[in-house]
Amino acid sequence: MELKEKLVSSFMAFEDTVDVNSPIHDIRTEAIKTFEADGFPTKKQEAWKYTSLNSILKHDYSVFPKHEDALEFKDVKKYFIHDIDSYKIVFIDGKYSSHLSQTTHDGIDVCLMSAALTKPKYRLVIENYFNKIASKDSMSALNTAFSAEGAYIHIPKNKLVEKPIQILHFSTGNEAALMLQPRNLVVVDENAHVQIIERHQSLTENPVLTNSVTEIFTNKRAIVDYYKIQNDRETASLIDNTFIDQKRESLAKVHTFSFGGKITRNNLNFYQNGERIDSTMKGITIIGNKQHVDHNTLVHHIEPNCESHQDYKGIFGDSATGVFNGKVLVEKEAQKTDAFQANNNILLSDKATINTKPQLEIFADDVKCSHGCTIGQLDESAMFYLRSRGIPEKEARGLLMFAFSNNVLDSVKIPEIKNRITKIIANKLGVNIGFDL
Amino acid sequence: MLKINNLHASVEDKAILKGINLEVKPGEVHAIMGPNGSGKSTLASVIAGKEEYEVEEGEILLEGENIDELAAEERAHKGVFLSFQYPVEIPGVSVTNFMKTAINETRKAKGLEDMPANEMLKMIREKSELLEIDRKFLSRSLNEGFSGGEKKRNEIFQMAMLEPKLAILDETDSGLDIDALRIVANGVNKLKSKDNAVIVITHYQRLLDYIVPDYVHVLYNGRIVKSGTKELAHELEAKGYDWIKQELV
Repeated sequence: MELKEKLVSSFMAFEDTVDVNSPIHDIRTEAIKTFEADGFPTKKQEAWKYTSLNSILKHDYSVFPKHEDALEFKDVKKYFIHDIDSYKIVFIDGKYSSHLSQTTHDGIDVCLMSAALTKPKYRLVIENYFNKIASKDSMSALNTAFSAEGAYIHIPKNKLVEKPIQILHFSTGNEAALMLQPRNLVVVDENAHVQIIERHQSLTENPVLTNSVTEIFTNKRAIVDYYKIQNDRETASLIDNTFIDQKRESLAKVHTFSFGGKITRNNLNFYQNGERIDSTMKGITIIGNKQHVDHNTLVHHIEPNCESHQDYKGIFGDSATGVFNGKVLVEKEAQKTDAFQANNNILLSDKATINTKPQLEIFADDVKCSHGCTIGQLDESAMFYLRSRGIPEKEARGLLMFAFSNNVLDSVKIPEIKNRITKIIANKLGVNIGFDL
Repeated sequence: MLKINNLHASVEDKAILKGINLEVKPGEVHAIMGPNGSGKSTLASVIAGKEEYEVEEGEILLEGENIDELAAEERAHKGVFLSFQYPVEIPGVSVTNFMKTAINETRKAKGLEDMPANEMLKMIREKSELLEIDRKFLSRSLNEGFSGGEKKRNEIFQMAMLEPKLAILDETDSGLDIDALRIVANGVNKLKSKDNAVIVITHYQRLLDYIVPDYVHVLYNGRIVKSGTKELAHELEAKGYDWIKQELV
């Protein structure tokens, strides 16, 4: 059976397992209809022109894994940012692991979507926020139809959450092939501040397809720092759909570090519903072999005096392919918008490819919008300069690539993340850079 | 120290060096002068091992060993240093981290452990004082936004840190005001010893008032057409290069 048919026919069975009286029953039913009508995206669609899902849709994925599996912390410790005190919401094959998690209801809610969807005390928040900004595209709709589990984070007014929150999804390989559809909701009330780290990790070579949806609401003057660490095995694929609704004077920053995975698609969407909003998205992509990473960003400037900053760096080796499609939409009312977008790429091999496409649609007449994309090789004169000082070719390359991606790390506010990412980069580039990163 | 025999080199099939012979002994300072396009910078790059240049004929011997086939870094490990005419800007790598990497990679190539951090700091302090370099400067990205003079001073700072056997200064005087020139020359003079050698490539006599050469060579059209002592530099300064060209006809 084709995956699409399998999913559609599983829906009834799925709904039986969850509460049909839940406030989102109608939303789910509507969503499966959308998916049934539209199916998986194909390259015929403009937004998916350079990313084909064919190679990952052919597996016979388990949609509802049967095994309840336990993992020992020591075995998966390395996937956590473990040298900081943090809240943790951990899932194993899509099921919540209380053993590995550290949730809280003490002044803030850091818990489970399954609880939020079923318990009356969350009902109001769910009604106000759930599926309010997720788009109606088929992948998001598919996730909505099957949304049952994920992270639920609610930070009330004026609360500054010092401990970052880590959301981790492990897949154990107990299923021959596994499809996961986590659903996260993050609501940050007025003047509150939260930092979130998200990671998907498969523990074996069995194929995994994750189709994730995260909705984030940053209310007035709220600050959200979101870090996505994508360093999965090359048998795992991820379609990440993230939607951020911002109210006035809020600040939302998303860093996406893409090093792993077979196919990774990041749909990252910001909607600026208020004045003096700042939206920042930064990314470092370093891939090789036949890996594929597609960054598809949208910033919707709806009101005046807002800013957006995009800075994506990519290094592509072997037969790797990258896509950057950055859309900035400035409405007529959004005067004095300051939108900046940069996408710089280095191709290390003749077979590596990057398709980069800035897309600016500007309807206001008093704005500052700029974009720039570059594609190049490593600067040979810089290589000679470093080598003439005794730095061998491999290390010189590493140093230059590290320097190339370095400025994206400047805005990372958690030192442990910065260290971790720089280590992954050094590893990925196969160099010991000779000084403390 | 350095012996170059009948060196022919080309870039993209264009012959640039057409039979260079040069011998530099330990403790000596040689100046190479010549009009634009005569091959001065090419000679410097070929000795340092820039891959774009093809050695067609002849040999470059460093302490008796042919270094033609060695990569730039291997030549650096053996003590060759090139002060660049146009130092490359490397955003994202600080001067300090760059030097640490360069020194430790050189040590690694010699089978030595990394230089201990306190020793490194002490050395950085000493050498930056020698070149009158502000400490703040060392944490800036390598050459990024440096003035012409700062870049050249930074080159000589690197030379001081790496302590080469053979230093080639490629137009180190260009872009320097008189004060910077004095600092740079003073630095080079302090680094000079009976065991190392310096090749100064320059257009003008000016720098040679401060770094006094034992020998002066005139490079023209890919060949050394005249050699002499420091008086030759004065003569060139006074008369220009035309008389040499005429002499050759």
